[in-house]
Amino acid sequence: MSQSAPTREVARRVFATEFNDAGFTFTESDDERAPVYALLPTGESSNRVFFVGTLTEKEDVGEDAEYWRGRIVDPTGTFFVYAGQYQPEAASKLRDLEPPAYVAVVGKPRTYETDDGTVRVSVRPESITEVDANTRDRWVAETAKRTIERAAAFDDEGNEYARMAREEYDLDPETYKAAALSALEDLDESDGDELAGDGSEGDDTATDDTASDDTAPDGSDSAGTPEP
Amino acid sequence: MSELRQEAEAIAEQFSDHLDVGADEVEERLENLVNEYRVPLDEARRSVTNSYLEDAGMERDELGRGGSESVLVNEIDEDEQWVDLRVELVDLWEPRSDSISQVGLLGDESGTIKFVAFETSDLPELTEGQAYELSNVVTDEYEGSYSVKLNRTTQITEIDEEIEVGDNADTVEGALVDIQSGSGLIKRCPEEDCTRVLQNGRCSEHGQVEGEFDLRIKGVLDDGETVTEVIFDREATEELTGMGLEEAKDMAMDALDTTVVAEEMGDDVLGRYYRVTGPTFGRYVLVDEMEDPGAVDVENALIEARSI
Repeated sequence: MSQSAPTREVARRVFATEFNDAGFTFTESDDERAPVYALLPTGESSNRVFFVGTLTEKEDVGEDAEYWRGRIVDPTGTFFVYAGQYQPEAASKLRDLEPPAYVAVVGKPRTYETDDGTVRVSVRPESITEVDANTRDRWVAETAKRTIERAAAFDDEGNEYARMAREEYDLDPETYKAAALSALEDLDESDGDELAGDGSEGDDTATDDTASDDTAPDGSDSAGTPEP
Repeated sequence: MSELRQEAEAIAEQFSDHLDVGADEVEERLENLVNEYRVPLDEARRSVTNSYLEDAGMERDELGRGGSESVLVNEIDEDEQWVDLRVELVDLWEPRSDSISQVGLLGDESGTIKFVAFETSDLPELTEGQAYELSNVVTDEYEGSYSVKLNRTTQITEIDEEIEVGDNADTVEGALVDIQSGSGLIKRCPEEDCTRVLQNGRCSEHGQVEGEFDLRIKGVLDDGETVTEVIFDREATEELTGMGLEEAKDMAMDALDTTVVAEEMGDDVLGRYYRVTGPTFGRYVLVDEMEDPGAVDVENALIEARSI
C-alpha cells in the first residue's frame, strides 16, 4: 500500500489493570510532533485507546476553570479520565452524565509522575458517549481476546515492543492474560445482567447452566483463580 | 527455473515481435548486472528492457507484457502490472486535461475501476454500456487506490454480451471511534454533475454558490488492529441516526449553527459497534448496508480465547 496517505492511529483494546501499568512512553522518531506512545506491558505500542466501562464517579477538580475527572470501571480496575477546556465536548459530557452509567471512551494515554516518583497513567478523552450493556459486553470480549493475543505473542521472535516491555518493566504478561480470561468468565456468568446486577448473583445457575459447565466449575472462583 | 531465467524469458517474449533476441542472451545480460554489478533485479530488468527498446526504436508504452494476465478489476493490487480485462464501460467522465481522450469507470463482476486513455495513444473511442475485451492495459496506483491506463498497444475488442457489474463490496466491523469534519448537515454544489461539498459556501470548482443541504457521516471504524474510513450517505445516515434531513435543518436553524447536527449524531453513534458492507472507493467504504452486531456470543469468545 501507499505510504503517502496519512495513517490514523489505531485504538488499542486494553483493560484498566494493564493500562494503568503502562507508565513508559516513547516516540518512534526525533520529530518534535512525532506521536507519543504508551508501552503496554503485554508488548504493544498505544497512542490511542478505546474502552467501555461504568462511570462510577465524576468530579470537577479544576481550580479556576472546569477540569473534570471521571472514574470508569472495567472488570479489572479503574480508568481515570481527565477533560478540561481543551476537550470541551468530553468535559461537557462528564458534566452532564449521571453515574452510574455505561460509557464508551476514545482517548489518548497520558502519564504524569507524582511527587513520590510514581507514574500515573490516565486518559485524555477525544469522545465520551453513553452506551448500552451489549456494547460493554462486546468490548470486554474483544479486549480479552486482544489481550490474550498480545500475551501469546510476547515471546515471538522479532516482537519489538515485547522486547521493549521486558527492558522497561518487571511485569509478567501472564497476569494480564489471567485477568482477561477471568473478565470473560465473569461475563459468561452474568450473561443477561443489566447495569446494577440486581440480585442475580444469588441465583443465576438456572439461567445459563449450559454455559457455566466448562467455565467455572463451582460458580464461585471466577475472579480469584483464573484458569492456567 | 531461476528467477533470473523467468525474467529473461518474459523480456525475450516481450520483444519477440520486434527483435531477434533469445532468452539466453537476455539472461546473460541480467546475470551480469545482478551477480557481477550487484544491481537489484528490478533495476536490472529495467535497464536491459530499456536497451532493447532502444535497439528496436520503440517507446516503453508500445511494449506489451508478453501474454499479460487476465484479471478481475477487484484483483488489481499492484502498480505497473500489464493485465487483460473483460469489462463493461460503466461511466464516462469529463476529462480534466487535453492530454486525456477518455476517462471513466470500467466494471466486471468483481467491481469497478477507473480507466484513463490518452490522446497520444490513438485508440478508438469506447462507448458507454458496451462490453469489451481490453488486452495490455497497465495498472496504476495513487494513494492506495488503483486505476488502469490504456496505451497504444492496448487491443480493444467489442464483445457481444452483458456483464453483470459488481460493487467491490467489503464488510468491515468495529467500534465507531470518530466522526470526521465534513459530517452531519453539509452543503453540496448545485452545479450539474458537481456534488462537491462546499467549504464556507465555496465549491473548489465553481466558487461561491448557493449550496444544497445534504446529510452524511464520514466515520472511522476501528477493531483494535486496523482502522477503516467509512462514509454513510444521506439514506445510510438517516438509518444510522434516525435523523432526517428536515429534522437536521430545523435543528441547525434553531441553533443558528450546522455543526450541532454532527455533534448530536455523535452522541448516538460514537463508541458503538457496527458491521457495514459496501463498495470501496479509494480509502473509503461507502456504506450500503449496516447492522448492529448485537449481543456478544460469550461462550464462543471463551472458546476462542482459550484456544489462543
